[in-house]
Amino acid sequence: MSAGSAAPLPAGSAESDTAEIARLEEAARRIRVEVVRAVNHARAGHLGGPLSAADILAALYFSVMRIRPEEPGWPDRDRFILSKGHSSIGLYAAMALRGYFPVEELLTFDAAHSRLQGHPDMTRLPGLDMSSGSLGMGISAAMGMALGARLTGKGVRAWVMLGDGECQEGEVWEAAMAAPRYGLDNLVAIIDHNKLQQYGWPGDGPDGRMPPQVPGELAGKWAAFGWRVLEVDGHDMPAILSVLGDATRGDGRPTAVVAHTVKGKGVSYMEGHYFWHTRTIKPEEFQIAMAELGEPVGTEGGAR
Amino acid sequence: MTLPMGRAMREVFGETVAALAAEDPRIVMLDGDVGSSTRADIFEKAHPDRYLQMGIAEQNMMGVAAGLSTMGLIPFVSTFVSFAVVRPLDQIRVLIAQTGANVKITPGYAGMFTGQTGMSHIIVDDLAIMRAMPGMVTVAPADDVEADLALRWAASYRGPCYVRIVRDATQRLFDTSYRFELGKAVVVREGRDVTLMATGTQTPRVVDAAELLAARGVDAHVLHVPTLKPLDDDAIVAAANRTGRVITVEEHTVLGGLGGAVAEVLGERRPTQLNRIGLQDTYVQSGPNDELLDIYGLSAARVAEQVLAILGRA
Repeated sequence: MSAGSAAPLPAGSAESDTAEIARLEEAARRIRVEVVRAVNHARAGHLGGPLSAADILAALYFSVMRIRPEEPGWPDRDRFILSKGHSSIGLYAAMALRGYFPVEELLTFDAAHSRLQGHPDMTRLPGLDMSSGSLGMGISAAMGMALGARLTGKGVRAWVMLGDGECQEGEVWEAAMAAPRYGLDNLVAIIDHNKLQQYGWPGDGPDGRMPPQVPGELAGKWAAFGWRVLEVDGHDMPAILSVLGDATRGDGRPTAVVAHTVKGKGVSYMEGHYFWHTRTIKPEEFQIAMAELGEPVGTEGGAR
Repeated sequence: MTLPMGRAMREVFGETVAALAAEDPRIVMLDGDVGSSTRADIFEKAHPDRYLQMGIAEQNMMGVAAGLSTMGLIPFVSTFVSFAVVRPLDQIRVLIAQTGANVKITPGYAGMFTGQTGMSHIIVDDLAIMRAMPGMVTVAPADDVEADLALRWAASYRGPCYVRIVRDATQRLFDTSYRFELGKAVVVREGRDVTLMATGTQTPRVVDAAELLAARGVDAHVLHVPTLKPLDDDAIVAAANRTGRVITVEEHTVLGGLGGAVAEVLGERRPTQLNRIGLQDTYVQSGPNDELLDIYGLSAARVAEQVLAILGRA
């Protein structure tokens, strides 16, 4: 593609192709399987957030982003920042399955000397565009990448995924204020709106905790800051592809995609419970999770 | 005989970075809405397309700088020291220091000369904080000549660095033959009786103090330490060997800055009687520059007095 323009995805083609949808849904399922397997193996890490983000990560890494896994430093690649860095294993699983590194390496997650640190460390793993882990920062770095692409005449798009709890950080709104000033329509912030944070305020929500925002709050805030806001069911692959495709067709504003998701999506006993943000998994729970994800332990897929 | 006045370091900052940018299209300037004070506006006039107003949002500014650096640009980040170090410290840590980002943190209004602002705007511990951060080069130039050279060095260095810039005109220590070298301390006065070590714009006042001491029969050796990290351990040990007695002087808290750094080196390599002149674990009030120097014991006369007292010659 030519420098200076961020070409949109071909409208309609990938989005309407049922085989393509099936391929991406399978990628998302495999991401979830590898997330559960790696966290079970490490006896540490996070489950709820990576599982809520899996479908979007699959869409980005297997369809939407212009990337070259065999050339992770390709200068004209799209950039991606997982600002909710605690969901790192979800990103690692997507990258491994996409071919950035061997899937087997996922079992080194969280281990000493691993390239797959508990929170992403760009100095260790090629293909990571930014380190993260301290919440609220990724969107600023993504803004810098989008602005840098503009200044250097590159048709690069910067994608950043935030948590909804993360949107309580003040820095997020500093970036939200600044990015529209530069008309950065090559910047897309995806908010994984799973309605739960690590613990949350006490109240009459699920498990006695309140969601990070009231309904409609996120979309209203991003719009008020001058962003184009798109909303989507973050587990509906055709809808995700359609919205991310729309996000690539800039209108002079940065785009915020509010993705409505379920924390722990894909494992019945985790869905919608805040404590699966960080809880580790027991052996019998592991078996149930893998069975529900279509990869019963003991079969070829679960034997590794 | 006192050292002459030089130009205001902030004017040199705007001009030097603008000149560097004329030669290197990768250089951009990020401003936290104080460009008319820090003189980032000089850069703006020369390169309006590469002047990036970030508004009153310093945390975001540091993150944007990190992102820009990954696109091959060389961001200079400018605001007041008081808002460039502590407020966005976590962004500097995670996005710049931990990633080795090629970002130049070059804030103005270092030290006590801030235009009578008071303690919210006078940061007393920037050198201690920045030098404690793994991966962060920390530089405090003595005058306009050294500031120019340090900024030129920063542009050529690939990695994160902190260069503190002073607002007002201060005394000139160096002539144009001076060559700044990262991590090198420089002897600016030879002497035999006591070694005075100083950093930043305090060094010229210490050189003046040494002249006052000479009139009292004390021959002071003066070592200027512009780079707090990497520190010139060998020069510090050599200067201690020279006289067997060391006094550090800094426009900064004595905790963790030059005094702390020298104590670490001498404690490990050459235990030496050491005294630390500087801000004694206190904040700084607003007031005219000369009055502040006297109040906090950092004028040439007050430094000389304290040295004499320490040496039992008062």
